[in-house]
Parts: sequence; C-alpha cells; structure tokens
Amino acid sequence: MDHSPSPALNVRGLSVTFGTRQGPVPAVVDVDLDVAPGELVALLGESGSGKSVTARAVMGLSTGNASVTAEQIRLGDTDLLALPESEHRKLRGARMSLVFQDALSALNPVLSIGDQIGELFRTHRGMSRRQARAEAVNLLGQVGIPAPTRRVNDYPHQFSGGMRQRILIAMAIALRPELIIADEPTTALDVTVQAQILELLDSLRRELNMAVLLITHDLGVVSEVADRILVMYAGRIVESGTADDLLSRPGHPYTQALLRSVPQADTRGQELYAIPGSPPSPANQPSGCPFHPRCTWAVDECKTTRPLLTLLAGGRAAACHRTEEVLDAAVTG
Amino acid sequence: MQPSPGDVVLDAQNLHKTFRGGRGQAGRTRVSAVDGINLTLAAGESLGIVGESGCGKTTLARMLVGLDRPDTGTIMVHGRDIAHARGGDLRELRRRVQMVFQDPYTSLDPRMTVLELIGEPLVVHRLMPNAAARRDRVAELLALVGLAPELMNRYPHQFSGGQRQRIGIARALALEPEVLVCDEPVSALDVSVQAQVVNLLRDLQKRMNIAMVFIAHDLSVVRHVADRTAVMYLGRLAEVGETDTVYDQPAHPYTQALLSASPVVDRANRGRMANRIPLAGDPPSPTDPPAGCRFHTRCRLSKDLCGREQPQLLAIGGDANRVAACHFADESLADARERAEAA
Repeated sequence: MDHSPSPALNVRGLSVTFGTRQGPVPAVVDVDLDVAPGELVALLGESGSGKSVTARAVMGLSTGNASVTAEQIRLGDTDLLALPESEHRKLRGARMSLVFQDALSALNPVLSIGDQIGELFRTHRGMSRRQARAEAVNLLGQVGIPAPTRRVNDYPHQFSGGMRQRILIAMAIALRPELIIADEPTTALDVTVQAQILELLDSLRRELNMAVLLITHDLGVVSEVADRILVMYAGRIVESGTADDLLSRPGHPYTQALLRSVPQADTRGQELYAIPGSPPSPANQPSGCPFHPRCTWAVDECKTTRPLLTLLAGGRAAACHRTEEVLDAAVTG
Repeated sequence: MQPSPGDVVLDAQNLHKTFRGGRGQAGRTRVSAVDGINLTLAAGESLGIVGESGCGKTTLARMLVGLDRPDTGTIMVHGRDIAHARGGDLRELRRRVQMVFQDPYTSLDPRMTVLELIGEPLVVHRLMPNAAARRDRVAELLALVGLAPELMNRYPHQFSGGQRQRIGIARALALEPEVLVCDEPVSALDVSVQAQVVNLLRDLQKRMNIAMVFIAHDLSVVRHVADRTAVMYLGRLAEVGETDTVYDQPAHPYTQALLSASPVVDRANRGRMANRIPLAGDPPSPTDPPAGCRFHTRCRLSKDLCGREQPQLLAIGGDANRVAACHFADESLADARERAEAA
C-alpha cells in the first residue's frame, strides 16, 4: 500500500491496549498508516473509535496505563520504536508535532505567546531569547495573526478561539516538521474560522511539503481537504482509499451509512438515513465484524468472522465480507 | 386545547438582554447579548436559528422558555406575556414552552432514575399526583421517543448519548407543550447517532403539531429540519425567510459568508471553500458592538452609511416572508448571483 517511495510516516501493525481495573481494553488494533510528504490524510472516526489514541501513540505521548505495540513506526528514515525516550522527545516539535483540539488548555495561561513559541527555538535550536522572540513574531505573521510584533507579548486569554488555534498551528510548524498530526483542530470553532484554519493547514502543507494527518469526525471537512481517507471503527481501520473514491463510492457499509446520514440539500424534508444503535465501547465489542449489529448488509458470517482489511482495485481497501456488493450498490444506487 | 395550524403560538417582540460583565477599563462592562429581536412562531412550524458562538442564540432560547427575563420586550404565549408573568401564571406558560438542552450528559440529574426524570415535570405542575398513572404516562413517553418502557428504573449513566437525548426529549414532551425550544440538540452526539435524533424530533413535531425552535451551528442540519431559518449576528437578526430561499439566495452579506464557509460533503464541489466570501477580521466583542450595522466591520460591501445607521429588517424582493437587515440587500443579492454564476 505504499504511495510514495519514502513516506513521511509509516506505521505497521499498531495496537494500543489500556490496562484498566476491568482488565485490558484494546483501543487500537492492528492499524497500518502511511502519510507521504505534502499529503493530507484524514483519519475519520467517531468518539471512542481510537483515532486520538492512534495519534498519541505515533507521537509517543501515550498515557502510563497504555501498552503500545507495533511492527513498525517510522518517521522518514528514523525508526521510532527503537528510539529511547530522550531521543524521541527531541523529535517531538522538531520533526513531528501535534495540534490539539482544545487550544485554551493546550496553551500555558501564565506564559506569553512569544515565550511559548520561543521556547521551541530555545530548546531545540539553542537560540537566544531575542532571536527566539523574533522567530515567534515571524511565525505569528505567517499564520495570519494581525500586528504580530505587538501581540507576541499577549497571553492566551487575550486571543479569540480561532487565533489560539492559529497559535497552536504556528507552534506546530515552528521547526518545519516533516509531519503534523492535527487532532480535531477545528471542532471547537465556528464555520467561518474553521474555513480559515483548514485553508491555513492546506497552504502550509503545500508550501512546506509537510505531511498532515488530520483527525476528525466531520465528513464535510474531510470532503473539503483530504487527499486520502482512513475510516476507523471500534479501534480498527475499516476502509481506506483516496478521498474521491471513498466519498463517491464507499466500499464499507459503515462509510456508506455515514455518508447517507449527513443531511444534504436535496434530501431536505425527507427522513434522514439513521444508523441504528450506537458505536460499541472498546471494552465491550461485538463478536465478528464490530459493525454487524448496526449494519444493514450483515449476514450470518458477519456475526462470527471478523472480515480482514482487504486490498481492492485502485489501491483502496475495505474490511467487509460484502464489499463488492456494497461497491456495486453505490454505483447503481 | 390544540391550536390549529397557522395560529401564532409564540410571539416575541423587541427582545433585549444585556448582561453585566466583570470590571473592564471603564467600570463594569455590559454585554449586549440580544438586541431587538422579533420572532413569531406558528403552530406546527419549525424555525431554525443559526449563527456563530456568542451571537446570542442560547440567550434567546433561554428567554423564550422563561429561564431568563428579557430587559425589555414581550413574549406572548396565549395572549399572556411570559417575560412579565409571575408565580402560577409563569408556571402555566412554561408548561406550554419546553426546552431540549444541548448536552445530554450534564442536563440529566445522575441521581434520578428515568422514571423520576421524566415524571418530575408532571409532579412539579401537579398534573398527575397518582404515582401509578405517572408511571403509565412515563412508559408512554418512553415509547414515544423510541426507548423501551422497561428501562425506566435505570439511571442516566446506563444510557448512551443518543438515548440520553431521547430521555431529555421525553422529559420536555411530558407536559404536552405547544412549543419545543431545542438548543443544539445533536451537537454533543456522535455523528452516526445525530440522524436518529434529528428524525425523532421532526417526526414528533409533525405528529404532535408542535412548533419547534431549532438552534444549531451546523447549517446542514438546520436546513434539513427548519421550515423557516433566522440568521443571527451579534445579538441581532440578520435575515429571516423560508429555509430554501435563505440557503439558495441569501440576501444578507453575513448569511452569504456563513453559507460559503460551511463545508459540504460533495467532492465535486471541492474548492468551494477556497472561493468562499471572506470575512474580514474576527467577530467583534459583544461588550463593545460596532455602531450602525453590527456586521459592517467585517462586511465586503460596507459603506459609510453602514457605520452610522442601524439597518432595519425589511422585506426583500417584495416577499413579505423574507426579511434582511442590510442597507444594501439588493446589491448584495445581485453580487451573490454573479458570484454563483462565475463559479
């Protein structure tokens, strides 16, 4: 499934299991994922599907009760699995960075923005305070903060939500990383601000040739910016492919159902397609295919045998026993 | 007494609400949350309200159900004014206007069973003193929202988000209201569950002939649900009209910008957002709203007049159902048409 000779991020067989009082809970199981330089890949899923856990595992930021296993996690030519924590830490911010969803809690309220951005340059590049401050002003201008020389001394609470998100993006791109993971970067924002932030991410990855892994649950956002899409359900990737293929012709019933349940202009006034039930909790997953209790395509086989993620024509993949039929239905229906 | 379709069930006129904030540079700041809003709602109709965070949507909702009192203005329900009613009168009016809250995780008391939660309005309003009758009624309400009546002895934490929102809806319906005010009823839910709740609300509304105020920031959901749509900006109405008209031919520059920025699941139209109508700057603070038209600081068509004079909501194109508060609504409409043709 290689899309480029040297992907910026290359993950094989990633699993994350949380140890809880009720026993081990598998949150992410056997995830493969590639992001090429300059490519924007969307990881689409609902809450509890494991998308944020995946992001944290890649960044090496998993919590203490998580056990992370993988065959391979490579950032460019660096094997992250073999790296000691101290070395891993040096990569974070410099070669890969994470944009959090909630900008207000991701920023330190008692440090000025200039100090927070400058810290990256001082720690990773050994710059002086003055140089770091100048770089911070530069970056703020680059992400579209008006009057950056003045605003660099302000504190997080003095910025609006959209501005704070821009500041997080500024910090993420500060050291020109190869990979940015953006975890629901626009979920807390209004649509007009969301459009600005998505545009910013899109132009930055084009100009700086960064690989972007965008984590989201919003099909509209995905449709607007993604090159490729990975759909997660109950901790596994259930479908992957180019955004064009996947959105116009979904190969997994879950993707298909999600797309049908979104209100569209021409379905106004009609009943929306509603997926029955709710997503399973990672601690209590159904047997066989985890989607089968909610699936209209389910047959007996689905209750007992979990379908594997299978390669299809055109470089796409889906984990469903009836993919071919689902694909055909998308064309005729 | 069921109102017949077309009857006005709720009539809000000239609503204003200002909150006193913390101390600013010049004494206490005042936040003008709602500034002169008029709304009427006919029986069985659904009115969508859209706008960005901080535009006063929730304050408006809270005033409509009588949780906040407007500083000035009237909210007439059955010829009586909720805004100034007291005691028993207020309770009687509140029975007719009920609310579905945004977050089903915090709006249900975790220590009450579903029976107690849904039965509580009946107890408060002394409608069903008999516990057995109340139990029957709760079972009926649970069935109505698609939950098994056997679940009534469970607690909220035993339900999923979508089920909890169903409980919240059953609780709001317990008093057989004429108006249901839904403040972001699906935004806290998983994507795959939102459609269930949207369908349920629409279905109940049609079956029970309830008028619904549907507040959401998700434009596509409002488009799906609402017969009429009102667009709010910084405490004022920018535009009101039939949903199709507002979405297909928005007249107010703010509505146009908002719609053009909202992502649509449509790969063929990719890049639509890059061609969106830009909004200059950030939303102004409601503690210090701009003079004249509150939108003029960010508007692409702004002229001198806009900074001086507040535009009134006026009919556009001779259609009395369709009003916009813009001095240059006609120009704006023409400009939007040109853009649509160019694209």
